[in-house]
Amino acid sequence: MRRVLIANRGEIAVRVVRTCRALGVETVLTVAGADRDAVPARLADAVAPIGASYLDADAVVRAALAAGADAVHPGYGFLAESPRLARACDAAGLVFIGPTAEQLGAVGDKLAARDRATAAGLPVVPGGAVGSRAEATRLADQIGWPVLVKAAGGGGGRGLRAVAEPAQLDAAIERATAEAEAAFGDPRLYLERLVTSGRHVEVQLLGDGERVICLGDRDCSVQRRYQKLLEEAPAPLLDDGLRSGIRRAAVAFGRHLGYRGLGTVEFLVDARRGDFYFLEMNARIQVEHPVTEAISGLDLVAEQIAVAEGGPLRLAQDDVRLAGHAIECRINAEDPGQGFRPSPGTVTRAVFPAGPGIRVDTHVQAGSAVPPGYDSLLAKLIVTGRDRAQALARLRGALARCEIEGVATTAALHAALAADPEFGRGGADTGYLARFLARRAGTAVRADVTDKKAAAAGARRG
Amino acid sequence: MDLTGDDVQDILSLLDGLPFGELHLQTARFSLTLRRTADGGWTQETQIRSEPTIAPAAATVAGEATVPGGGAVPGGGGVPEGGAVPGGGGVPGGGAVPDGLRAVRAPLPGTFYRAPMPGAPPFVDTGSSVEPDTVVAIIETMKLMNSVCAGVRGTVAEILLADAQPAEQGAALMWIREDP
Repeated sequence: MRRVLIANRGEIAVRVVRTCRALGVETVLTVAGADRDAVPARLADAVAPIGASYLDADAVVRAALAAGADAVHPGYGFLAESPRLARACDAAGLVFIGPTAEQLGAVGDKLAARDRATAAGLPVVPGGAVGSRAEATRLADQIGWPVLVKAAGGGGGRGLRAVAEPAQLDAAIERATAEAEAAFGDPRLYLERLVTSGRHVEVQLLGDGERVICLGDRDCSVQRRYQKLLEEAPAPLLDDGLRSGIRRAAVAFGRHLGYRGLGTVEFLVDARRGDFYFLEMNARIQVEHPVTEAISGLDLVAEQIAVAEGGPLRLAQDDVRLAGHAIECRINAEDPGQGFRPSPGTVTRAVFPAGPGIRVDTHVQAGSAVPPGYDSLLAKLIVTGRDRAQALARLRGALARCEIEGVATTAALHAALAADPEFGRGGADTGYLARFLARRAGTAVRADVTDKKAAAAGARRG
Repeated sequence: MDLTGDDVQDILSLLDGLPFGELHLQTARFSLTLRRTADGGWTQETQIRSEPTIAPAAATVAGEATVPGGGAVPGGGGVPEGGAVPGGGGVPGGGAVPDGLRAVRAPLPGTFYRAPMPGAPPFVDTGSSVEPDTVVAIIETMKLMNSVCAGVRGTVAEILLADAQPAEQGAALMWIREDP
């Protein structure tokens, strides 16, 4: 591989450029609109304007061929899980740095993925496809309220709606369909039982089409409206048996698919009961991959490129050594004080922490535009310590030294989270952030006594 | 060659043993400022200075304005917009509000949608009656759908933007004739 076309923007474009440079591979970055002046464009060896959108697979392939690239890295989001781009790359003789088009199809469609997971022996949350509102009501009545409406073509937490009661179902389906159509060009929905208290634990896989290995787990339970805000590795306070069960299930799924590339299998975990359910598989590099890199010492983009070229895995399961604890904060251009309202604009100052155990992945500097048409991720702050306590201490120090001006950010919220005793204990569930925000806003929270007792028991058990 | 996080770490370990509180490094490609803070930690501030290079063959790819000789990059004005705003549409302020009418404005910069989903009937049309909490449009900003309410009781007099057009923050989206 001599030259890679990166079909993305933002921090992941910067991230891929970095590994390519270390590997001696040239980079050409596709740029749409005003992104041609952005930091990733300045770091890449060359840029290829592709018009107004990052979603045109044919334009990406044309740009790759015109630039003389021999591979395409899709990053995450946009076309990262597009079987169409994978096929178009194959047809044009380009290496698609990702799984096969067939695998993307199998896991990109959440309904197909559920079926494949069941076939591989993984437990799934009760639910199914819904073609009409009447069908949705019938299914919801059958599996029990509350339910979760999901986009079949979705991912990244988009197109999900929790529905507490029948009266809200119509509106939820309408909005979810709109978001699914806008974000994925696919309005199909399915419905699942809403598991109200659980943890979001995911397993990082790497496969070469024959062998699949596990690069440990991550906890992404700190979420708001299914958007992850903070991730850590390994998942704290997981019982050894449960952890190995989850990892085994993920590897079984990867093997079932004959998976090639980097992929993440997401699970909903009921740590109290020791149950877990398959949620979905993300067939791409993920935003939170740095926490896995931090505790494994691996460069996941480099491994991803190696298997995409058709090479065998460069490491065996026993070579994967995980040590320490890492936490990633997503610093977004959103105002937590105003309901996480997006805050596009221009960054006037961007000072980040530096020091041992601190990594910052960003695409902004003073003067950077934060356009309204893309996601709000400005920077990822990743801290690593020998254990969770040290990582947390570093996180608190690092966040205190972070100064971004010109747009509102979530940095101060992360500082408050890092100082919160409940988060400090570890093992927070997906409802934690909402409770934390309510507490912070000073509003009354319905105290769920049994929940608290159980959480405390879980903390002691760990 | 650009600086990596590891390079910054190496520089910091050198600096840590020295009596300096600040280091400023500038090359043609980047500048880096490292500062020691009161708590003994460090901050970094980077500015990538190199200009983007247009890939030689790329100018013809998108069929957009070709850049002669693959040379200078246009723009640099730093306008934080993903694309040009079509004339007439979505300019904040947008002139005076006609007599007896109230403007519904974009709460955020983003894309204006008239309907909850593609193919669905629009929320409102000219002549529709609205209550203050009637949803009249969606503004999509950073992949989030933000409902826009009428804000007043009245009748939709004019819809100023076409569906799926960009709107700036505060742009007038439609006029509403307020009920007396």
